[in-house]
Amino acid sequence: MVLTGAEIVIRCLQEEKVDYVFGYPGGAVLFIYDALFQQEKVRHILVRHEQAAIHAADAYARSTETVGVALVTSGPGATNAVTGIATAYCDSIPMVIISGQVPTAAIGQDAFQEVDTVGITRPCVKHNFLVKDAADIASTIKKAFHLAKTGRPGPVLVDIPKDVSAQSAEYHYPKSVEMRSYNPVVKGHQGQIKKALKLLLEAKRPMIYTGGGVILSDAAAPLTQLVRKLGMPITNTLMGLGGYPATDKQYLGMPGMHGTYEANMSMHFSDVLLAVGARFDDRVIGDPAHFAAEPRKIIHIDIDPSSISKRVKVDVPIVGDVKEVLEELARLLDDSKHEQDTASLATWWRQIDEWRSRDCMKYKNSDEIIKPQYVVEKLWEVTGGDAFITSDVGQHQMWAAQYYKFDKPRRWLNSGGLGTMGVGMPYAMGAQLAHPDAQVACVTGEASIQMNIQELSTCKQFRLPIKICNLNNRYLGMVRQWQELFHGGRYSESYMDSLPDFAKLAEAYGHIGIRVDRPADVEGALREAFSRKNDLVFLDFQIDQTENVYPMVQGGKGLTEMILSAEDL
Amino acid sequence: MRHVIALLIENESGALSRVSGLFSARGYNIESLTVAPTEDASLSRMTIVTSGSDDIIEQITKQLNKLVDVVKVVDISESAHVERELMLIKVRATGKDREEMKRMADIFRGRIIDATDSSYIIELTGNQTKLDSFIGAIDTTLILETVRSGIVGIGRGDRILKL
Repeated sequence: MVLTGAEIVIRCLQEEKVDYVFGYPGGAVLFIYDALFQQEKVRHILVRHEQAAIHAADAYARSTETVGVALVTSGPGATNAVTGIATAYCDSIPMVIISGQVPTAAIGQDAFQEVDTVGITRPCVKHNFLVKDAADIASTIKKAFHLAKTGRPGPVLVDIPKDVSAQSAEYHYPKSVEMRSYNPVVKGHQGQIKKALKLLLEAKRPMIYTGGGVILSDAAAPLTQLVRKLGMPITNTLMGLGGYPATDKQYLGMPGMHGTYEANMSMHFSDVLLAVGARFDDRVIGDPAHFAAEPRKIIHIDIDPSSISKRVKVDVPIVGDVKEVLEELARLLDDSKHEQDTASLATWWRQIDEWRSRDCMKYKNSDEIIKPQYVVEKLWEVTGGDAFITSDVGQHQMWAAQYYKFDKPRRWLNSGGLGTMGVGMPYAMGAQLAHPDAQVACVTGEASIQMNIQELSTCKQFRLPIKICNLNNRYLGMVRQWQELFHGGRYSESYMDSLPDFAKLAEAYGHIGIRVDRPADVEGALREAFSRKNDLVFLDFQIDQTENVYPMVQGGKGLTEMILSAEDL
Repeated sequence: MRHVIALLIENESGALSRVSGLFSARGYNIESLTVAPTEDASLSRMTIVTSGSDDIIEQITKQLNKLVDVVKVVDISESAHVERELMLIKVRATGKDREEMKRMADIFRGRIIDATDSSYIIELTGNQTKLDSFIGAIDTTLILETVRSGIVGIGRGDRILKL
């Protein structure tokens, strides 16, 4: 069958069972938009800025098990997309981004809306392609989807010059992909898994630390079963929240810079640490030298060999898909004759409970002024702990991660690696489209939300009833916190004057806006918002300006060197 | 420590920048990098001379392997291997220097591949040290221009980097 390049693009998306494409039209993608117009299977979500298109597609992927798809034009369309692509890359999110390019003959001529998209995106994609012939589009898109979702997932960009989308070519969508240069390992090495199990069972102070890899490989169920069987303590990183039920007694909370006292102490003083789909990054282990100073054996399961022994030396590396390896580990455990050192484990739990009794997450609530932690706690109650929660980046992100107890995977969507302000609302859009009947809330701040505030318009057009919880403290809160603690209280450019009236702003876009000033009104406002099933409600909580995120491990310090509250300063 | 890494990569546009971009983005050293297609025109072979601790070299090979276009990576300096570099050096060759330069080229088994009434181009192959020694042995004020290819390397005997 002979089709135009543009028609081939759309046919490929249909073959991949893509429900939604998030995008923004422009000159170089006119043919593709024309082909999109002439069919109904692939629906298009018109955003108001390309960055939001990528974020929304990213969230669609995060909240489901599918590949997110976005479509942007050449030049500024592509450069606007870069922040979104880098965000997805840092968190290993499977995505395919299709960008228009100027016609082949114009490439290199400094044409209107021309940039070297493949060059600009190269460091922040898993792979990218420039298609020079319409006959190559189908095989390239097939490869793009294959690369995006296999191995360590990531965004893949396909750049298509305008003339290529207009050309005709024979269409055939390949059934499978063979790439001699790309064969990610899936099964873990049997001998290594046995070694790991032996170490775990002999451990006196075992600790399990899991990250985003558990979510990405859909391994929450096998992980939970295994950890319950072993009876060992577990922590989930910011990217791994929901990998193990947060309300379970074996769960110690999040580790790291703003992690719990018990999670950090247990990470540090464990004698065997099992790391699963996590990467020992600077926000999790702090100073790697301080972390390495305490002797412990480390088992590391990861699909990406380059994540192993990158920042911390690992004793038992296991390269493979997290889910496969955990299932194998569980099988071997069932057959194992090794006895677990239960006496030592009981002693270890007593120690952990002692650390737990410090109650590091307690905060002083107030009747006068709204505490951000209180808002998140109430949000958890009102939504029955079962909502999709997105966040932006900053203090509110940490409070959401600390106080919303995620019992299920793929419910917490945030920019963990790149730390991109402005993701919150587009993430909520993507999650709501993927789960039309679910409760979706965006926990944000007055600074972050303004980085993609224009998407209130998209939400209106597509009737996305997300709930925005703006923790408004009139400051770039996390910047202010660091300035207070490490820069002598000199609040350089962290105070934002002339903020809009967010409730009115939401109304101007056709939504409902509610300003909340008193702690007594928090719960009522939340209930009111979630009772409006068909409306976007913007809740503008006026919160304590001086509140800081604790516990805190300062940058460059060790995990055990925590500030638990303002009294520790 | 100095390492010589050889790799096979799909011979596609942008392949070189994926590799060089990786080195600059992660702050790894490149002492030299050479690339050319192999007997199979769809594959290019690169030889990269780099330096770093064992941990860094481990990361370099892992990161190179992670590039989607890279087919195989080998640190050939881990065992017996042969390295060669080509140098073309244009020198002033007049009066008594002319004879002297010819003699030095002979000693280093170089070949004069072009001559004018006032200059020679000498072709020299060998490992890095040999080429450096040649430059050290001649009167450097006579050097008009040098160009070096960077190292190419190959494992000895049964150590074969092929698809």
